[in-house]
Amino acid sequence: MAARGCAGAWRRGWQRGRALPGPAPAPFPRGQRAVACNARGGAVPAGESGDLAPWVPVVGLEIHAQISSNSKLFSGSQVQFAAPPNSLVSFFDASLPGTLPVLNRRCVEAAVMTGLALNCSINKKSLFDRKHYFYADLPAGYQITQQRVPIAVNGSLSYSLCIDNKMSQMVTKTVRIKQIQLEQDSGKSLHDDTRSQTLVDLNRAGVGLMEVVMEPDMCCGEEAAAAVRELQLILQTLGSSQAVMAEGQLRVDANVSVHHPGEPYGVRTEVKNINSIRFLAKAVDYEIQRQIEELENGGTILNETRAFDSKLGCTVPMRDKEGKQDYRFMPEPNLPPLILYDAKSLPANMNHQQVINIDWIHERLPDLPSVKREKLVEQYGILPEHSFALLNEDGLAEFYENVVKQTQMKPKRVIGWVLNDLLSYLKQHSLTVKESPVSSFLLADLLNLLEKKEISSTAAKQVLAELWKGEGKTPLEIVKEQKLQLLQDQEELEQICQAVIDRQENE
Amino acid sequence: QKVSVEVLDHLEHLALVDFRDTEGVERLQAAIQFADQLHEVNTDGVEPMDSVLEDRCLYLREDDVTEGNCTKELLENAREKVEEYFVAPPGNIPLPKLEERDTFLQGS
Repeated sequence: MAARGCAGAWRRGWQRGRALPGPAPAPFPRGQRAVACNARGGAVPAGESGDLAPWVPVVGLEIHAQISSNSKLFSGSQVQFAAPPNSLVSFFDASLPGTLPVLNRRCVEAAVMTGLALNCSINKKSLFDRKHYFYADLPAGYQITQQRVPIAVNGSLSYSLCIDNKMSQMVTKTVRIKQIQLEQDSGKSLHDDTRSQTLVDLNRAGVGLMEVVMEPDMCCGEEAAAAVRELQLILQTLGSSQAVMAEGQLRVDANVSVHHPGEPYGVRTEVKNINSIRFLAKAVDYEIQRQIEELENGGTILNETRAFDSKLGCTVPMRDKEGKQDYRFMPEPNLPPLILYDAKSLPANMNHQQVINIDWIHERLPDLPSVKREKLVEQYGILPEHSFALLNEDGLAEFYENVVKQTQMKPKRVIGWVLNDLLSYLKQHSLTVKESPVSSFLLADLLNLLEKKEISSTAAKQVLAELWKGEGKTPLEIVKEQKLQLLQDQEELEQICQAVIDRQENE
Repeated sequence: QKVSVEVLDHLEHLALVDFRDTEGVERLQAAIQFADQLHEVNTDGVEPMDSVLEDRCLYLREDDVTEGNCTKELLENAREKVEEYFVAPPGNIPLPKLEERDTFLQGS
């Protein structure tokens, strides 16, 4: 069930419940609206009948982004996606006695960049801690993380949502970022149920992660998906993480609960095993619905961890969770505090390779997606929805700008051709912009013919369909082949019209 | 003040230690008593120290690949292996509950 904005789903939920025995709940006091989403979401009036109190879903996200670096967070082994098992593992990663962590400068810079891009305060002094738990893919028996004083705190992320499915109205929302912390990734466990064993590959053990903790400001799957998508674009723009969910470079866990307005927050569940942004929306919406139904049927919600089953489209309790974990956090004794500097506090006599200057990094931040979108709107006079779509597809904004540069057609007209014609072709054939058989040069060439009125709009679409075959012909060649030129000669046109009229009269 | 059986049981679960006998538990209690002496110091208004390294400089390493590629050596330590993977049991095997395991803590 797709959530079309928050309004539809929760009204359906309310109407589906059984009427409860007893007197109807008192109507809401004057001056207060019954809301489906929490205050930060769009407020939606409750159903008119009033015999079922509305539910307020609360969604918080914990996102782990793998840092894009050559080597790991605390060791010099390589970071690479597919490699022979246990080939990218150092003695430290395997937790052999006598090894010590050595912090990778690049990972710290990535975390600072990300913190700045998310409007966080960067902690000039942050600390490392040990989080203890036993699992086969965590050889040390603990993970080095930043629980007490992380590298960045108190930021925000703005993202856009479409009000309706037609993408004609966009609204901006904000989610608060509680903190960003540096931590180690664990190895990978491959479960072999037939032989009742687990195979462990430590290639991923020790890879640097940035954990981005968001406050529970969201209220549905659509918001969660939009927020994560924007974070993904930001990380990719910064280069701090490639953030490809399919390769495990971006992992999202959702914390979900529901409560009645004015009452305290309900018990929350944690949903894991979400492998794409689309599944994130589904998982969150399913879990909200499951909790509402459970509570309306008189049940209770357990504070548990659930896994999303993408085939069944539902969440199920996760095995291997032995009740509440006690992680016994303690300071990491082998690492002194991490000290960062800015222009004012820069030490005079230190080796500059040992110094990280927050201001220096700030000055060199690239334009974030939101800034890029505004610039596109300003420069080309396109709508915000257009620039949103341009940035949503890798390489599309660049493609559009290249076409505009090479054609006389107004940018406002070009956008239609890029977003409607080109993009839909690409989507139909599951191609990326880079793989497009129609280059920006070819499209510009075609649009020039249209602009000079040498062909009609319909003819242009026909030519594009032909260009799509990628046979190397130019637009002009195709026009000539298929005789699509617009006739401009007055006399010739008159002759043709006269001939048609004559034919009619003869019938 | 004695450490309760519940706490001892909890510690055995968390850390997979085995207090083994009364002497083991007494040793734990003595250690706690020893550490409790810290409470005699007035620390009002003093920032906690969590590392004696707090004045040291945290060394930052350049992002170069300098380690790894020692699969054979690492696997020499493994009792069982399958094709260059370490082999582990199918999941965590939690310590059985107090009533169900053979420990002297039951008698306490």
